[in-house]
Amino acid sequence: METIVSVEDLSFSYGGTFKLNSISLNVSAGTVLTLLGPNGCGKTTLLKCINALLKPESGRVVISGRNAHELRRWELARLVGYVPQAHVPPFPYSTLDLVLMGRTAHLDFFQQPSNLDYKIAEKALSMVGLDHLKHRPYDQLSGGERQLALIARAIAQEPKLLLLDEPTAHLDFKNQFLVLSMVKRIARENGIGVIMSLHDPNHAILFSDTVALMKNGSIFAVGPSHLVITKEKIETVYEISVRVINQTNGFLVAPSMENFS
Amino acid sequence: MPHQRKSAFILLLLLPLPVFLLSLTIGSYHIPFGEVLAILFRGIDPLPNSSQTQIYRDVIFMIRLPRILLSLLGGIALSVSGASLQSVFKNPLVDSYILGLSAGAGLGAALAIAFLPNFVGLTQLFAFSFSFLAFMLTYFVARDRGQASTVSLVLAGVIVTALFSAALSMIKFFTSSEKLSSVVYWLMGSMAVSGWDEVLQSGPLIIFAFIIISLMRWRLNVLSMGDEEAKSLGINVERDRLVILITTTLMVSSFVSVSGIIGWVGLVVPHLVRMLMGTPDNRIVIPISASLGGVFLLLADDVARSLTSYELPVGVITTIIGAPFFLYLLRRRGGGSWRQ
Repeated sequence: METIVSVEDLSFSYGGTFKLNSISLNVSAGTVLTLLGPNGCGKTTLLKCINALLKPESGRVVISGRNAHELRRWELARLVGYVPQAHVPPFPYSTLDLVLMGRTAHLDFFQQPSNLDYKIAEKALSMVGLDHLKHRPYDQLSGGERQLALIARAIAQEPKLLLLDEPTAHLDFKNQFLVLSMVKRIARENGIGVIMSLHDPNHAILFSDTVALMKNGSIFAVGPSHLVITKEKIETVYEISVRVINQTNGFLVAPSMENFS
Repeated sequence: MPHQRKSAFILLLLLPLPVFLLSLTIGSYHIPFGEVLAILFRGIDPLPNSSQTQIYRDVIFMIRLPRILLSLLGGIALSVSGASLQSVFKNPLVDSYILGLSAGAGLGAALAIAFLPNFVGLTQLFAFSFSFLAFMLTYFVARDRGQASTVSLVLAGVIVTALFSAALSMIKFFTSSEKLSSVVYWLMGSMAVSGWDEVLQSGPLIIFAFIIISLMRWRLNVLSMGDEEAKSLGINVERDRLVILITTTLMVSSFVSVSGIIGWVGLVVPHLVRMLMGTPDNRIVIPISASLGGVFLLLADDVARSLTSYELPVGVITTIIGAPFFLYLLRRRGGGSWRQ
């Protein structure tokens, strides 16, 4: 399968201390890689390095054969769609206008979005199932709908790689599953590579092809979820004892109650 | 654009025209509407006319027309710069007056008027440089770890404005008596003494800057999402922001250097436009801010020159309308048109 992105021996330091320590990863077209690990382990920092929002100390990020840190912003934005956590912007644009912003990298400096750009934005909106909300101000959407709208905006960029920073944060039980299954479907149907950071190992099991377990800025283990999400590895990384519950069609991870006694 | 919004868009875009014609009739010397139309369409070409028509013609072409054009240009400069600054700083409570750009331009222009030879473009150059300096000062005072919050920007602007206003008062003190009156008169913030010279000195620069901002109106939307998102969407944030800041400084300082400091227009008009049009989309907000800004300053100036038997500074009128409006916006924090 075609490799979309390869992170090669990437290190990043801030104020003298290493936040990322020689990270190497590969993601193929149509597959989902999940970054899993405790708060402060470097998931967000890694996503920002891949999107060239932070400059690494050493190593490189190669996306579709091109070094991400040598591209201009508009060139990179045609390769990488970045989905931030759902937020409330100071100005309440309509949902369609928000998604239309994904077309910016395809416009000239003085150009306004054309009819074609509108068509692409509306297609992205219907892909995530939000057509009926396109004229609604973005700040009146629910948390789950906002996250889906931000995903639609990233799709409108027509990227090869999608980065999502904790797409399930602040979402309820149902919306977490709705958003994650949407992400997996988009990856499969459009041949887009996905890297996302998650907090729940069970989400990682259900929705990713590869899991990278991170601890203190390093990759602790990387591979298919059944090899990476094991009792020993999760306990080492999260410093909490867990039970792995095997089921007919998969397995679940739960904290054991002895942690709290 | 929804049908209703399209009608409102066209209506508001055309509003300056009737207000322009109406303003030509207003003043201590009343000119009937029909005469205004007749004189405008006949132009300079003198048809058989009485001495009465000759007086009308002189009043319109020598006094009212340049003043009205300058009001329209000033309204465009202040409102469009306000809308742009609000987007760039993701902050609905700023404009050129609040960020200290106007005070900076005022000091620069006053220095040039008081101490330098009357040289074409020199006042504008000084106004522009000091305006940009004042803005940089505000920005660096407000900045904390690369971010300037809504409130700290407003506070820093207050401090910088106070500083530059104090310097301005010093200039008055040291100005030679023969130049003092022109400095004081200009300082009041008024289009009362403006003629064609002022229109020609500031007009082309304001229109040039307005065209640049208009062409970047889509980018303004994306910039208002914040630095990291704008970068992820393909924008060179540092470069685009600098282009917009230089352009807004140019339009504001060009106007201030001929009219003095007039506050609150840039704050009131873009908000009014967002409320009327029901969207913060700058593809709509920028052109409508220009037309409504022109109308607002022109009407304020009409009031200033016709309310009493003597001239009121137009800045007084805009402040009387603007300051309560600002309070209203502060109270409405968290409501419909914007949120922080």
